[in-house]
Amino acid sequence: MKQAMKMTITMRKWSTLVFALGLVMFLGACHKKVAPPPPPPPPPAAAPTASLSANPNTVNQGQSTTLTWQTTNATDISIDGIGPVDSSGSRQVTPTDSTTYHLIAKGAGGTQDATARVTVNVPPPPPPPPPPSITEEELFAQNVKDIYFDYDKYDVRAADQGSLQGDAQFLQQHPNIHITIEGHADERGSTEYNLALGTNRADAVKNALIQAGVGGDRVKTISYGKEKPFCTESNESCWQQNRRGHFVYEK
Amino acid sequence: MCNSVRPIRHRAVIAVALLLLLATTSFAQDWIRTGTGLGVERVRLAASDFKPSTTDPTNADLLKAFNDTLWNDLDNAGIFDLVSKSFYPLQEPGQPSEVNFTAWSSPPPNTSMLAFGNLGAAAGKVTVQGWLYDVKNEKSPQVLGKQYVDNATPDAARVIAHKFADEIIFRLGGGIAGIAESKIYFVSERTGHKEIWMMDYDGANQQQITHQGSISLSPRVSPDGSRLAFSSISKGGWEIMMYSFDLNRVVSFPRFGGMNLSPSWSPDGKIAFSSSRNGYPNIFVVDASGGKSLRLTNDQGPDVSPTWNRKTGSQIAFVSGRTGLPQIYTMEADGTNVQRVTDQGYAVSPNWSPNGQFLTFSWMRKYGPGEPGSNDLYLMDIASKQWVQLTHDAGRNDFPCWSPDGRHIVFQSHRSGSDQIWTMLADGTNVKQLTLKGNNTQPNWSWK
Repeated sequence: MKQAMKMTITMRKWSTLVFALGLVMFLGACHKKVAPPPPPPPPPAAAPTASLSANPNTVNQGQSTTLTWQTTNATDISIDGIGPVDSSGSRQVTPTDSTTYHLIAKGAGGTQDATARVTVNVPPPPPPPPPPSITEEELFAQNVKDIYFDYDKYDVRAADQGSLQGDAQFLQQHPNIHITIEGHADERGSTEYNLALGTNRADAVKNALIQAGVGGDRVKTISYGKEKPFCTESNESCWQQNRRGHFVYEK
Repeated sequence: MCNSVRPIRHRAVIAVALLLLLATTSFAQDWIRTGTGLGVERVRLAASDFKPSTTDPTNADLLKAFNDTLWNDLDNAGIFDLVSKSFYPLQEPGQPSEVNFTAWSSPPPNTSMLAFGNLGAAAGKVTVQGWLYDVKNEKSPQVLGKQYVDNATPDAARVIAHKFADEIIFRLGGGIAGIAESKIYFVSERTGHKEIWMMDYDGANQQQITHQGSISLSPRVSPDGSRLAFSSISKGGWEIMMYSFDLNRVVSFPRFGGMNLSPSWSPDGKIAFSSSRNGYPNIFVVDASGGKSLRLTNDQGPDVSPTWNRKTGSQIAFVSGRTGLPQIYTMEADGTNVQRVTDQGYAVSPNWSPNGQFLTFSWMRKYGPGEPGSNDLYLMDIASKQWVQLTHDAGRNDFPCWSPDGRHIVFQSHRSGSDQIWTMLADGTNVKQLTLKGNNTQPNWSWK
């Protein structure tokens, strides 16, 4: 009451006092509401938790994977096939087949289990004999073109430059291939002269390959003259077949 | 060859040269009658069949072999006017006492010379007695009297006939040795592979020499007849190979690498051949064992088919494509003084005559697309470069080679439809086929 009396002294003083008083009263009321917590009930035994994982979970046969596990509230932990383990840990395993690892965690609060599956890829059965892959020799046969000559000439014709460049390119792309170039001639004219002419033809092809960048040590030459004709008729189309530098694959 | 009779041969050579010049004054014609025997009066010779001197049952076979061979040899010689047997007197002599001189020296046989004799087998041996009589010289008729003994086989009888024929040819042929005992080497493919074979000069007695099993070419026998150079392909390429007739096998010879072919013997036993060991085929010379290699040509060639001047050994003719189509060139044996001797076409396979004066070679004078040109044999006088054509309209003819007496040429011809070996007189006449089986090419006549 006394305090209220005083507050009436002046209006200004009063309003200030009211504010202050109100604040005090408010604060005093709040503090009074916080109550101490009730005492906890006696704790029930906690249920165990468990987790198990495998990393990686897919392996090829013979490879190993790492099992990692964590448990809580468990006293007796085991993994099938491995036996008792610590409450948490990791271990490398090398299953021979796909396996589901089974962890059992037992504690006062019960039993919890966890599983992890490891998939083992059995190697595929030996592949069926692979479809015969194309050999260098077959590639050679498919890609390398013989060079043909005019009669009694041994210079590479303009028309055959394309074939020659293609041959050179192929040989550069297949640096392990060695070749023999056979010089051939048609049936007309002398045996001896045709052998000599065939030598010049084979050399002309070899020299053109060397100029195109093919190593000369990969290229042997031989002349057959008219001794091994490709075609045995006596006409120009057959003779043209026989006037050639023939590429032979050498192992 | 036959140096001891130089003057006689010299006269024969001049006659040949004159005839050739006469013949070649109109050399632009294709058909010209020429040759070594023209204008020289041929000796008129009769060769009476030899008679049996014993009663041995094998006499008939031996006599047939002997008489046929002797007749062929005398006929082949090219120097006789051989009197046809149909003109002979009924009474043919087997002994000198049986010769009726007038019956032979007057018509119809009208012969100047008569060959006659007898043959008899006994105890596995055959004995042959042969005479050559100048029947127009009754007082001193005997030119030749010979006796031979050998095994009683047809082969031995043929050899005896060859020997007797050569004696007659030597006496009556200007002192030039006969060729009846000479051999011809050649390539035959009758076994499936091209191998080197040999045969008697008349085509008899063909036998295989090499068994390389690959391709063997260009046989060339050494001047002494003891070795045979040829070229053969093996894994490493074409190499010059050497066969020894003393050892009857291939003997070692250096391998030069590259292509090596067309060997040719000089009279003193060096070998010229074509080798690409340094790149293009050029002509090289080595000694008989393959050493002392000397390079004679140095161009893109191709240079091939060298042939030595067989008389002097100082020049070599060869084929070169240095200007395009192959032409024939000559040079000194050291490679200097190269001269082109053919002026056109496709000229290959030169062979130098034993007297050093002529080349025979194969020539397609007109060669090119649309000009089939026949492949004929020609004879060229090297000094004048005048030539005559020896074969006409008879298929492809190649690889002519002179006989040791210079009167014959052996060659390969396709005239029968396959390649076979033929001979002819050096004037192109008297053409005879020697081989029949398979394909036979590149004949080479022994030096004696």
